[in-house]
Amino acid sequence: MKPPPLLYPRRVFVWGVYLAAILVAPLLSRSGYWLSLLSQVAVMTVYALSFNMLLGQTGLLSFGHAVYYGLGAMITMHALIAVNQHVFTIPVTLLPVVGGLGGLFFGVLLGYVTTRRAGTTFAMISLGIGEMVAASSLMFPAFSGGEGGLSSNRVVGKGWFGITYGPQIQIYYLIAAWAFACVVAMYALSQTPLGRIANAVRDNPERAEFVGYNPQVVRFLMVVLAGFFAGVAGGLTALNYEIVTAESLHAYTSGIVIMMAFVGGVGYFFGPIIGALLITVLQMVVSSITAAWLFYFGLMFLMVVLYAPGGVASVVVEHRRLWQAGVLGKLAPAYLLASLPVLLVGGGVVAVVEMVYRVMKEQSAQLRVFGVTVDATRGLFWIAVAAAIALGVLLLRKVGRTVSDERHRVYATLRQEQRT
Amino acid sequence: MEFALISLLNGVTYGLLLFMLSSGLTLIFSMMGILNFAHASFYMLGAYFAYQISTKIGFWPALVVAPLVVGGLGALVERFGIRKAHRYGHVAELLFTFGLAFLVVEIVQLVWGKAAVDYRVPPSLSGTWFTLFSSSFPVYKGFMMAVSVGMLVGLYALLSFTRIGLIVQAALSRPDMVQALGHDVPRIFTLVFGGGSALAALAGVIGGNAFVTEPGMADALGPIVFVVVVVGGLGSLTGAFIASLLIGILQTFMVGSDYSLVDFARSVGIQIKTAPALARLSLTQLAAIMPYILMVAILILRPRGIMGARET
Repeated sequence: MKPPPLLYPRRVFVWGVYLAAILVAPLLSRSGYWLSLLSQVAVMTVYALSFNMLLGQTGLLSFGHAVYYGLGAMITMHALIAVNQHVFTIPVTLLPVVGGLGGLFFGVLLGYVTTRRAGTTFAMISLGIGEMVAASSLMFPAFSGGEGGLSSNRVVGKGWFGITYGPQIQIYYLIAAWAFACVVAMYALSQTPLGRIANAVRDNPERAEFVGYNPQVVRFLMVVLAGFFAGVAGGLTALNYEIVTAESLHAYTSGIVIMMAFVGGVGYFFGPIIGALLITVLQMVVSSITAAWLFYFGLMFLMVVLYAPGGVASVVVEHRRLWQAGVLGKLAPAYLLASLPVLLVGGGVVAVVEMVYRVMKEQSAQLRVFGVTVDATRGLFWIAVAAAIALGVLLLRKVGRTVSDERHRVYATLRQEQRT
Repeated sequence: MEFALISLLNGVTYGLLLFMLSSGLTLIFSMMGILNFAHASFYMLGAYFAYQISTKIGFWPALVVAPLVVGGLGALVERFGIRKAHRYGHVAELLFTFGLAFLVVEIVQLVWGKAAVDYRVPPSLSGTWFTLFSSSFPVYKGFMMAVSVGMLVGLYALLSFTRIGLIVQAALSRPDMVQALGHDVPRIFTLVFGGGSALAALAGVIGGNAFVTEPGMADALGPIVFVVVVVGGLGSLTGAFIASLLIGILQTFMVGSDYSLVDFARSVGIQIKTAPALARLSLTQLAAIMPYILMVAILILRPRGIMGARET
């Protein structure tokens, strides 16, 4: 069988749009907030995609991916400090590669231990290794910078046609260029024989072994390469913030990337790109609105695991298919019907969380919503909220059945049409 | 001598506490194949519930009520969460418990705040049990040991001599067969999950006031419990017991001594003036990462763990 050509018009178009979006986005607003948001999104995109090389492509669920990201960031920072002190000279433009090589090195070192086992055991071991590295980093303050972290100055040397990487816009374009190159490289990697055999190892390691590939070697190679890209992401973050703390090695950093990749969708290459965008934006926006934002994050993640395990990407792909078949309109009434109880339950949960938070933290039980002051000390409020949630749950059970029946009907007619 | 004896006693106490957590985790794992990430969260909930109950009606009711409540919560989580996630495979289950652990930390912070709560040892159990040379051994540590050993014996008796225990054991290895014999295996799963959660909560009730009750306690202990389960061998209760005691005793000994490679070199007659950072690290500093080093060593030398039967 002849493989399809690597570049066909639609694929070129999609990548072109992506590149254009990256290039144009910073011009939309001159505020520093916007630029730092975009830079963070670009870094997280690389990080989330490198994570998905393991989970999505090789079937390895890592709870310690921050090891490569954080160590990459620290190594990049050390290189930057050395450049600042004239120990040696590397153009700042190329520094992320240093982080990548650092990630690669630790991928070789630690991957040897972690990839001895797959499945659930790999998950456990990766967690242990992650904790070990995070704990040891504080033992070597000369390397990790201790509690205060490492910091340096990215504006070093003469600059090149006026590019000194001082202004945020310049560092954004540097990050964006590296990020785009990494995204392309990771996509290309997924199309290589190694990427394909990684999929085989994910789906059925025994058969891959029978074909003549050692699954352990394939897993090891993927861990090493994912370590490289995570290291590049770490290097970019070091240049972006000019400070690296031990937090970049923490379990939280390992956890947030799982959320990004999974919420975005691990089954598709572009899933983690969506996830990184979504989570980073939510992180910045929701955290400025409510102090309980991590709670909402956890809740959202659980809902995705239970009700949309393919993530946003698979929901989008599925509905695009229905739209192309011209049957999306038939589902619209059912979806509209379902939105009411979802709003009721969601609103109720948010009201409870916000109120509990206010009662516990600020000793005041007043919440202003749309200019109306709600008082949580009165029983009426709790009765109303409980009633809203209960009603919502009841309706949801009923409407949920209608929606799934409707979907079955739509799919049945689709299959029938395809047959005739 | 004094140091060794006291450290041994403290280490055994800590190891038994670890076993309370790892026994539930390994039972749940060998039965359902689920690695419960939220296991340490149940431990934390046990401690917080016990704190809340003990401020209202006292420590002794809390010792009974908190594990029961958390056990019930665990059963609900299995019934309405994990069973749902199970349809999508093991990764979804694992991620569900991971998300749950994340959520529990947030809920605890939301309700009880970010700082540690004042969960104290009850007055009837405070004070010194006995004095060894010049170090005193508190009554509460003895109480912890008694509860842990009682739980150990109880669990053993329950699994070996009761009807339900035999069914659980049978369901561990041959769930289909047990189902075919007319037992409700999903309900047994719920029961085991709830029971494991209750054990974790009991560990929280007696450990929360001995150590400290704060939102970070689950994240601090969770990875160590995982290490215990890996080192002991996945799914092996005996292995988990040995590994718990091993890690408990080793870590306690290490925390108590500031011996380093440089000291060792000096004791054999080599004087080192400028030693690298690695050689100057004391055992106390290394105590935090000892469990992980042990895990890596076990994985390289004996991948199935001390008592594990399965390779994967």
